[in-house]
Amino acid sequence: METVPKPGSRVPPKKDKLQGKKKKPRRYWEEETTPTAAEASPGPPRKRKRNRELRPQKPKNTHSTKKSRISKKPQVPKKPRERRSPGPQRSLSGAQDPFAGPAPVPVEVVQKFCRIDKSKKLPRSETKIRSRLEAAEAQEEEISVKAARSELLLAEEPGFLEGEDGEDTAKICQADIVEAVDIASAAKHFDLNLRQFGPYRLNYSRTGRHLAFGGRRGHVASLDWVTKKLMCEINVMEAVRDIRFLHSEALLAVAQNRWLHIYDNQGIELHCIRRCDRITRLEFLPFHFLLATASETGFLTYLDVSVGKIVAALNARAGRLDVMTQNPYNAVIQLGHSNGTVSLWSPAMKEPLAKILCHRGGVRAVAVDSTGTHMATSGLDHQLKIFDLRGTFQPLSARTLPQGAGHLAFSQRGLLAAGTGDVVNIWAGQGKASPPSLEQPYLTHRLSGHVHGLQFCPFEDVLGVGHGGGITSMLVPGAAEPNFDGLESNPYRSRKQRQEWEVKALLEKVPAELICLDPRALAEVDVISLEQEKKERLERLGYDPDTKPPFQPKPKQKGRSSTASLVKRKRKVMDEEHRDKVRQSLGQQPQKQEKAKPAGARPSALDRFVR
Amino acid sequence: MKVKMLSRNPDSYVRETKLDLQRVPRNYDPTLHPFEVPREYVRALNATKLERVFAKPFLASLDGHRDGVSCLAKHPKSLATVLSGACDGEVRIWNLTKRKCIHMIQAHEGFVRGICTRFCGTSFFTVGDDKTVKQWKMDGPSFGEEEEPLHTILGKTVYTGIDHHWKEAVFATCGQQVDIWDEQRSSPICSMTWGFDSISSVKFNPIETFLLGSCASDRNIVLYDMRQATPLKKVILDMRTNTICWNPMEAFIFTAANEDYNLYTFDMRALDTPVMVHMDHVSAVLDVDYSPTGKDFVSASFDKSIRIFPVDKSRSREVYHTKRMQHVICVKWTSDSKYIMCGSDEMNIRLWKANASEKLGVLTSREKAATDYNQRLKEKFQHHPHIKRISRHRHLPKSIYSQIQEQRVMKEARRRKELNRIKHSKPGSVQRVSEKKKRVVAVVK
Repeated sequence: METVPKPGSRVPPKKDKLQGKKKKPRRYWEEETTPTAAEASPGPPRKRKRNRELRPQKPKNTHSTKKSRISKKPQVPKKPRERRSPGPQRSLSGAQDPFAGPAPVPVEVVQKFCRIDKSKKLPRSETKIRSRLEAAEAQEEEISVKAARSELLLAEEPGFLEGEDGEDTAKICQADIVEAVDIASAAKHFDLNLRQFGPYRLNYSRTGRHLAFGGRRGHVASLDWVTKKLMCEINVMEAVRDIRFLHSEALLAVAQNRWLHIYDNQGIELHCIRRCDRITRLEFLPFHFLLATASETGFLTYLDVSVGKIVAALNARAGRLDVMTQNPYNAVIQLGHSNGTVSLWSPAMKEPLAKILCHRGGVRAVAVDSTGTHMATSGLDHQLKIFDLRGTFQPLSARTLPQGAGHLAFSQRGLLAAGTGDVVNIWAGQGKASPPSLEQPYLTHRLSGHVHGLQFCPFEDVLGVGHGGGITSMLVPGAAEPNFDGLESNPYRSRKQRQEWEVKALLEKVPAELICLDPRALAEVDVISLEQEKKERLERLGYDPDTKPPFQPKPKQKGRSSTASLVKRKRKVMDEEHRDKVRQSLGQQPQKQEKAKPAGARPSALDRFVR
Repeated sequence: MKVKMLSRNPDSYVRETKLDLQRVPRNYDPTLHPFEVPREYVRALNATKLERVFAKPFLASLDGHRDGVSCLAKHPKSLATVLSGACDGEVRIWNLTKRKCIHMIQAHEGFVRGICTRFCGTSFFTVGDDKTVKQWKMDGPSFGEEEEPLHTILGKTVYTGIDHHWKEAVFATCGQQVDIWDEQRSSPICSMTWGFDSISSVKFNPIETFLLGSCASDRNIVLYDMRQATPLKKVILDMRTNTICWNPMEAFIFTAANEDYNLYTFDMRALDTPVMVHMDHVSAVLDVDYSPTGKDFVSASFDKSIRIFPVDKSRSREVYHTKRMQHVICVKWTSDSKYIMCGSDEMNIRLWKANASEKLGVLTSREKAATDYNQRLKEKFQHHPHIKRISRHRHLPKSIYSQIQEQRVMKEARRRKELNRIKHSKPGSVQRVSEKKKRVVAVVK
């Protein structure tokens, strides 16, 4: 395991000097203990030898000691004790710290927290700016190391499921898992037999504590599924197309046959939004407080639920929209179309940000994982494909399913669930950021009806499936992020905490126009407008204020400032600049030549004609 | 089969009793905190807006003088004590915490031209139009005593300014010449002149304490070395300089308040180009004083406003004005760098916060953390146009606003003319002179 150097180690000399200068006031016990301890340290000799190798120059104060407190002998000046020295330190008891210095941090973990791209070189700029950039970079590194070190404090471990040698985990049925796990976890597996009101859509709240489901024949209910406490149960006497919690569990958006309705947690209808009609799919963007709706009429409408205004109504021009998902990384809405394309939308643009041709037939389902790197799509051509969403939009892997998946969902730790007919398949990848491998399913489960809705519960190893026969809560070990952040979404939050969180969240509501493919773009330097500004300034002033003035030699004394010597100095600087230019242009040329020549080819006589 | 499900014990996430603090487990994984940059941006925007909401810099007005306030002085030892001299010869000593005048002396006949405290804080000196230099006790007379100066020096000419040495019992006055006095003697140790003109102010350098700077009405700034008893060098500007102030952290930097509406920060070692030209005032700048941190300074102007400039910026970061404040004659930045005082024509001394939106009083640690965080965010996103616009916006009185517009037009016309002149003359014959160099006429050694 590689380790990262201490963040301070980049600029050590200055610091060391400072520390060396600062003399710590010597306490009476220090002088007593250190030397005797060195003599009497109980450690094995081998260890001591090693330590001596590490710090060879450390002088050992062997002069005596026990009476020094009383006797007023003049003290022999000693070297100031170095604090935070990298070698092993002697404590009061004389024992040596076998793991001196800061704890090592694995590079991969640091990488996870790193916000800057180290591969990019710093631009050539003024020394002032450059030193500021370097300082910022060092600080950034320090922060990521600190964050990585704080991983140690995480309390929970993720779940897992492993078969015996050669045993296929997909063969393990739910009953076996329920039998094997503890009672609290076993209680998370349940079936709701609701055959009467037909296939169900379901949605978990952001904390993973609440579950809302709506049946095709108008049955809408929401419950605290962990304690199984029913919040409300109503029948809206109309077909329910989709159901979604808004920012908290207190508000519930239901896409009904005609219009969009919003209910509270007691089932009281708060709003009927007639501008959103014939909605098929709902998606809520929690940080923007936007409810995205896709309609049969082909419109994608963004409703700001904090102020109740429609932010944007975009015509997708692709007929009926019934496949929609959001990218949780950048809040871009992805629509699947009947011509096999997936289009990416932001409320700021009238046109899609990108269109990806995914399937030969229509797209049936789309899902994006929590890091925003992978998109899973399934189409009428019975294919299940995984795409890379970082720039290239290329398929990473694909497989054909006998029936084709109608519903897809990603879990927080990157598991992919697909509902095909009345069977749910789950695939797992290597880790959180890696795509799921589609060869072997991780788990399968057969339900009593056809799958109609799928969602992994956040922060619980549970997959909720809405189907023709009701609701099934499946156990999927290793699906969820084990450690939640109490300030973002806390499943155990109290009412007061929820209220406080709600105020904070509303205060930092991200404006809808900031939605774009790269959410970090806001922190980058806006080169385009900078150049535009510079151009305008140049036009306005009539000259470039940033150009270097021509070199003017300084006047010198004692007859050295003759005209000849001034000219000589001027020429020297000019020549140096010219040489620099030539050197730069020479540095660029060989690359061009290398490109032109194919590697390893023998020189041919025809080469002379190559231009 | 080996299986482990995620199973949390609610007891470790919920507080035990109502008296406990709520438990907030943290996980800094970036995937659990999406939209980091946009959310920080929104927070920075909110912080900037709140900063403008809370920007209420005016604290108090000290009234009592019966004529315009002509000079101010800080007490070197006590933060709460301020001295002020008025145009009718009255000197008042104020207590800032009580916001009351604690002592009043009729010091001179005519103007009090200058006031300065001794470095120990026990006495102070005043000069007035009646050609006298007087030393006063800070405490005032005890019961039954008459208010009388400790010493009075009768001079031959009018003194226009005074400053005390920062460490020794020496002070300097200016008038027709710069005089350096020992406190014990009634005649100057030495007097220095360079040309014949009235010198409006003299200032000791707080670090290199034997250095002095003065500015005279023949448009020059002269530097002296007390040990040599001769002037060192002088720089002649386009227009007259009213006062100078040394940077208390960098010995060689000083700022000059000029009649041409600008302030010039000079490096003493290279006087031929000012380090920075600070322009924002729309009328003559009358006084300038540095913050004890040496990072900002405040300037008082005839345009009825005071402005705060960062040392390394040419534009001001703050402008203070009120409806009733007239031409501001003197300004001081208090020694704890938190407040600014200004004395103006209409007989009042006003007390301002140096940082307009700062919350006064003791902050809890959470408040402090929140302000620090917001400050950092504002710094991080300061160049975003929306945030920049909000943070730069200041309300200005109509007179200043219209004068800024007018001067912008004038400046633009001048620039255009210069461009045209360059365009229509032989290439190289007319050189473009930078704004910094334009104002310096000559440096004489």
